[in-house]
Amino acid sequence: MKYVDEFRDRDTAMALVQQISRLTDRIGATRQRPIQIMEVCGGHTHSIFRYGIEGMLPEQLELVHGPGCPVCVLPMGRIDDCIAIASQPRVILTTFGDAMRVPGSRGSLLQAKADGADIRMVYSPSDALALARANPDREVVFFGLGFETTMPSTALTVLDAERDGIANFSVFCNHITIVPTIKAILDSPDLQIDGFLGPGHVSMVIGTAPYEFIAQHYRKPLVVAGFEPLDILQSIWMVLRQIDDRRAEVENQYARVVVAGGNAAALQAIATVYELREFFEWRGLGSIDYSGVRFRAGYARFDAERKFTVPGVRIADPLSCQCGEVLKGVLKPHQCKVFGTACSPETPLGALMVSSEGACAAYYRYVGRNQAA
Amino acid sequence: MNSIPGVRRFGTVSLPTVTLSHGSGGKAMKDLIDDVFISAFDNPLLAPLDDQARIALTTLADHGDRLAMTTDSFVVDPLVFPGGDIGKLAVCGTVNDLAVGGAKPLYLSCAAIIEEGLSIDLLRRIARSMAETARQAGVSIVCGDTKIVPRGTCDKLFLTTTGIGIIPAGRELGAHLPRAGDAVLVNGVLGDHGAAILAARGDLVLDAPIDSDCAPLHDLIETLLSAAPGTRFMRDATRGGVATILNEIAASAACGIEIDEPAVPIREAVKGFCEILGLDPLYLANEGRLVAIVPWDASEQAVAAMRRHPLGAGACLIGRITDHRPGQVVMRTVLGGRRIVDMLVGDQLPRIC
Repeated sequence: MKYVDEFRDRDTAMALVQQISRLTDRIGATRQRPIQIMEVCGGHTHSIFRYGIEGMLPEQLELVHGPGCPVCVLPMGRIDDCIAIASQPRVILTTFGDAMRVPGSRGSLLQAKADGADIRMVYSPSDALALARANPDREVVFFGLGFETTMPSTALTVLDAERDGIANFSVFCNHITIVPTIKAILDSPDLQIDGFLGPGHVSMVIGTAPYEFIAQHYRKPLVVAGFEPLDILQSIWMVLRQIDDRRAEVENQYARVVVAGGNAAALQAIATVYELREFFEWRGLGSIDYSGVRFRAGYARFDAERKFTVPGVRIADPLSCQCGEVLKGVLKPHQCKVFGTACSPETPLGALMVSSEGACAAYYRYVGRNQAA
Repeated sequence: MNSIPGVRRFGTVSLPTVTLSHGSGGKAMKDLIDDVFISAFDNPLLAPLDDQARIALTTLADHGDRLAMTTDSFVVDPLVFPGGDIGKLAVCGTVNDLAVGGAKPLYLSCAAIIEEGLSIDLLRRIARSMAETARQAGVSIVCGDTKIVPRGTCDKLFLTTTGIGIIPAGRELGAHLPRAGDAVLVNGVLGDHGAAILAARGDLVLDAPIDSDCAPLHDLIETLLSAAPGTRFMRDATRGGVATILNEIAASAACGIEIDEPAVPIREAVKGFCEILGLDPLYLANEGRLVAIVPWDASEQAVAAMRRHPLGAGACLIGRITDHRPGQVVMRTVLGGRRIVDMLVGDQLPRIC
């Protein structure tokens, strides 16, 4: 594939791996513990496992698979609320495919669909709006989720619905924002991470400025990275170079897509439609201040939480889950005490086993439950 | 109907759609069966229209020493898609299930569950497609059944075909036979059928449609077995794709399988389709593709023989059987890394970002 295969070239990858090994050796000579780099975004986690990148890296370099899978971090209570909306008469609930299997306290959307709820997979919120136009006697609800990557498309769809006076369309809004979450991870006392790969698609929307505090205040390097394997390897090399030079800066490897100021139209749509929630619950991480958004009062009629009654009950994560430690890089996925036993892709207990982008699910699927150790 | 001289008059359906009366057992039902199925399938074993087809054992024994039998149900939306339709699929699927076991496919049954309201013209088209595919595959559809169900209780049309075939004496294939060092072959690009169905459902608008690979593989398989009589095992890579089949083989043969990602043939359009929707083409269904495990020293002849056949033009070697990690399929990625190719838990679900 043109413009894709170039970023999967084996010889270039090998050359980069050599450079990475050399830098790792040099940095490693000055310290006891391994170098830890966190990829924040689930898309990166997916590519790392899909191409077997982890196994190509030197042992003293560890990749920590961060919280950036928006499907994984949905808490059980929100899934329960979503099922409650989907189960109301006349409702068609529309959702991205990978949210179908996320477990709530009494099952997933897939199970709710089997029990009779009208739940349909869509590829974009505009598909959901089209469904609302085609079914004026039904209430079409879109299960809005994702970071800043998907926030603008939901916002623009709501603006379209407003312009065209579509009254039977609403959004169950679970959009979340990445920066407060990175800050929460940085503030945790057991943190060992030496640098970050910044999320490419989120940065395409928000630009690179919002990460400056990570470099300036926390003195950690961050490189905004693309999603092809060579993007990831080059970004790892760029982080290592910063560590080796004792620099802490925000750099942009994904300059073919990400510009420093972000996407003005997308940011405008976000600012028009959403406001920050004071706090939002994350599976595996608990409640994080100002980490979620909801609709502004002017768009309340498109807010499914206000249009329908939802239980809104907070369900605690199972006690045995150690997702928090895995997310922070304190534990590797297979070191969690329920990995591959009580918690597996068939019956996920914790956030990270839920979607293929979750670190534990990717580990289970691509590295293997047996030889992980 | 030429084959039944003067015994009865053949009914025709004048209504545009199937109604519940076509399933009532009366004249309307007879008209539907005559018009749609009997006229298309026409053959001497079906012609008596008794409750059973009667096949002479001597006819069967001419072909070999073991009977192979299989059954499969077909539910696909949409009923007609680029490169095929549910009728072609229902014949190919059962023919291929027989052929990959080394059997010569001979006879099929066809049971249809039809939702009221289905277009009669569409049903005729599908039956003709079954008949045409059966002709290509050298099989006869010798018995059948038709049920009509109320709207909403099935999705337009479900077909079930059962097939019998005969395995020639001395031919042994089995999932327990592959051993370390054997070659893993496929007969062409993977994932076309799965991508064609998703595209036909409107999941993604494409400039040029992807055609399903749906095809009867019996003749290709005979070609392969002539070139490589020591072939250990074959399976058609239908639901779950090549990844699932390889896992099944690794489990049955208690061996490891290593495949080489750059060697796995996938059409550019299918690659792009999967990139955009976040799917893995290794798990996409195929309806005219098989995985064959052959001894390493026969692999070149096997590939060359398949390539001379129209349904094997894209045949290639994608990997080998190993004695490492029994039960596991490992892929060497384009980048030179390694990853496990596991069974899926359920359907592949498109990723959000």
